[in-house]
Amino acid sequence: MKSQWQWEWRWQRAGAWCAAGLIAGATAPVFAQDANAARALAATCFTCHGTDGRSVGGVPPSLAGQGKASLYQQLKDFKEGKRPGTIMPQQAKGYTDAQLELIAGYFAAVKP
Amino acid sequence: MTISRREFMQWSAAMGATALAGCASTGGGSAGRVVVIGAGIGGATAAKYVKMWAPDIDVTVVEREGGFISCPISNLVLAGNATMTDISRDYSGLANRGIHVVRDNAVAIDPAAKTVRLAGGSTLGYDRLIVSPGVDFMYDTIPGLNNAAAQNQVLHAWKAGPQTLALKKQLESMRDGGVYVMHIPLAPYRCPPGPYERICQVADYFKRAKPKSKIIVLDSNPDLVSKAGLFRGAWNNLYKGMIDYRPNSEIVDVDVKGMTIKLQFGDVKGDVLNVVPPQRAGEIARQAGLITANNRWCGLDWKTCESIKVPGVHVLGDATLSANAMPKSASMANQHAKVCAAAVIALIKGQPVNPEPMIMNTCYSFVDAKNVIHVASVHAYSEADKTMTVVKGAGGLSDKPSELEGHYAWGWAKNIWADSLT
Repeated sequence: MKSQWQWEWRWQRAGAWCAAGLIAGATAPVFAQDANAARALAATCFTCHGTDGRSVGGVPPSLAGQGKASLYQQLKDFKEGKRPGTIMPQQAKGYTDAQLELIAGYFAAVKP
Repeated sequence: MTISRREFMQWSAAMGATALAGCASTGGGSAGRVVVIGAGIGGATAAKYVKMWAPDIDVTVVEREGGFISCPISNLVLAGNATMTDISRDYSGLANRGIHVVRDNAVAIDPAAKTVRLAGGSTLGYDRLIVSPGVDFMYDTIPGLNNAAAQNQVLHAWKAGPQTLALKKQLESMRDGGVYVMHIPLAPYRCPPGPYERICQVADYFKRAKPKSKIIVLDSNPDLVSKAGLFRGAWNNLYKGMIDYRPNSEIVDVDVKGMTIKLQFGDVKGDVLNVVPPQRAGEIARQAGLITANNRWCGLDWKTCESIKVPGVHVLGDATLSANAMPKSASMANQHAKVCAAAVIALIKGQPVNPEPMIMNTCYSFVDAKNVIHVASVHAYSEADKTMTVVKGAGGLSDKPSELEGHYAWGWAKNIWADSLT
């Protein structure tokens, strides 16, 4: 079940192009509806946090299998300056809340 | 019914074209063939991610070296703060994924026939080609260094490997009280903060082993290109009186016998000369006509990393004409590769390409054995600008060097090596 804001975000971001995809549903491979959209965003984290969020370096920590809500909240807190850090408060500001939720959802679905 | 060889070739070509439209396979059970030239960070990551995200695509990577040696962390080897073993990896991780790793040198690309010719004599066919050739040095701009003997004496050590160890040996054999001179080319070059990190590492070594020695930095640029305030602070706090930084000092020539770097105004003599020459995209990019800017860099469509000049050929990493504020870094090459891999798969399978790819950059620099500073940025494809642009409000620098970031920097290194190579 998609939340209301997610749909709104897609309308805002992709406009009529995406709307056509929503009507067509699962049969039309529109990128924003595809799991590939979440994967592409999450992949920007893999460089430091390991492939699919499985860190081999100990730090930065593994993200694979973390709860979606908790991960999303941590990202939001970094973004809003509520949680201190080195790189994360700076990088989290580069993503919309909707993108952070897609990222959190991707890692939550990966087996740790 | 029999068919002639020519008819068979025409049929094969037609089948290939159909596969690109997403309706059929090219045979052999694979959905398509991807060839990657170069298994540095960019090429290795691209090969891995095409195979990982589309196991039905046949992936071959061509690399002339037998193993991977990391440029990131290699400055630490000069000071004895890391070893060659730390920064060396093999290609078994790629092979274990079912990627064909071919040790050879790609010498020619035929974009019409969609083939790559190798120095060893074989030819590889592709549906999509990914070229990640790194940089070559423009020694023709420094006449005194334009021969192998001179290049073996005045080192760049800007590709990690034998030169890293050779420069370490030169520093170790230098007398206490000697002068190390490093020349930095005009930006853009590989790894913007790299030269200043190297100065820190050499200074760290001198402070311990030969404290009377001096460092002269001849920077072609008007100021430090990256993390300027942080590096200046580190030089002042940690290595006071040791480093003589000279901006606007572009090299004109080198007198190798006299161990002298010649500038527009005046000469600089040293006991160890370390000249990082100007750079351009690796030779195969030039051969294939992929270079589009200043005879040096390859222009891309940043949505797919496809060449703006040669269809079906994608380019990654340091060889690219960087978008605004995009550094030539390992992080960037690794992230280009994922954008490219997803696009290559989509194009082969006739699926939609990500309309707004994003990439992130993280560059750590060691100011001594343990303390580290970072610079970070986020970049997103802008349909309006038709290129990657910096996401405003994101990214930034460290406040100050810290051991905590040193810990993260080693974690970053281990993760990017694993993410690219295994």
